[in-house]
Amino acid sequence: MSPWQALIRHAEYRRGAREMGGVALGLGAWGLVTGVAMVQSGMDPWLAALMSVTVFSGTAQLAVAPLIASGAPIWVVWATAICLNLRFAVFSALWRPYLAHLPLGRRARMAFFAADLNYVLFMQRFPEPRPSPEQIPYFWGGVLVNAGSWHLGSLLGIALGHHIPAQWGLGFAGTVALLAMTCSLLSDRSTWLPALVGGSAAVAAFALPLRLNMLVAIAAAVVVGAVIDRTRPPRPASAP
Amino acid sequence: MNDWQTLLTIAGMVLITLLTRGFFILPSRELPLPDWLREGLRYAPIGALAAVIAPELVMNQGQLITSWADARLFGAAAAVVWYVWRRDMLSTIIVGTGVMLMLRLGLGW
Repeated sequence: MSPWQALIRHAEYRRGAREMGGVALGLGAWGLVTGVAMVQSGMDPWLAALMSVTVFSGTAQLAVAPLIASGAPIWVVWATAICLNLRFAVFSALWRPYLAHLPLGRRARMAFFAADLNYVLFMQRFPEPRPSPEQIPYFWGGVLVNAGSWHLGSLLGIALGHHIPAQWGLGFAGTVALLAMTCSLLSDRSTWLPALVGGSAAVAAFALPLRLNMLVAIAAAVVVGAVIDRTRPPRPASAP
Repeated sequence: MNDWQTLLTIAGMVLITLLTRGFFILPSRELPLPDWLREGLRYAPIGALAAVIAPELVMNQGQLITSWADARLFGAAAAVVWYVWRRDMLSTIIVGTGVMLMLRLGLGW
């Protein structure tokens, strides 16, 4: 049995795929809307398809589609994509303890596919930051469904292009998927507050150029979280 | 932008995806981080996710919405209530999007 066959027959591979399956509908809808938005903003459908299958970063693609269509300078497009993807750099610090022991090529392959929902599900499945063999099949099972539903949705959106009315707001399904994922991360005041502050900061700083509001929001959430950690009285031993 | 510039833009974005997602994964040696930042980073994912979601719910074309009669607010509220009750992703997505679509297509919100 080849390593590849062993991977896809692993029980954790199926589990990863199944757990990602719960949000596949939201991911597909989000991909669909991204595909539609890229075509409606005037991108060539073939370039839109190329972008969707190679870039694999929904929020960045949605944000840069109108920039590309309006002929913005390339550095503006790249800077916008970097700001929106900064959260992944933060996630990567938390991925590191699980992946650092792997060879560079495998680390790079996994890093490329480590999107938002992969992060949330993986960290819930493996809260202890140390590597174990079943993490790899679980990760790739999630990627199969995550990237699969995203690509199916976005290619369908590019093909349908102008036939889907924008006012339906189908991208909302993707927002709801992220919202449910965020709720699953919220446990007590020390997580609610950074979430509220991050969300408010992103809205308040929305007028900043290059989507720097993302950077402001992450910084605000980290500072609030660090302050809560420093000021919280030590928990009594009986607390859960 | 002509096609070649668009291709260059796309190639750059592929690299950006890889380098941001791999920022702390790709280097072979541990990058030094101060302790308070390492601690605080635990809160970054939740702040980042909230930062992606919040503008999608309360803004229109870069402006804060001024009316409560917005289908997205009620769709999001329904989704949160449903999720807390049932703890199930798929049905949460259907309920949240369904409420939003009913209000938008039914009442024009």
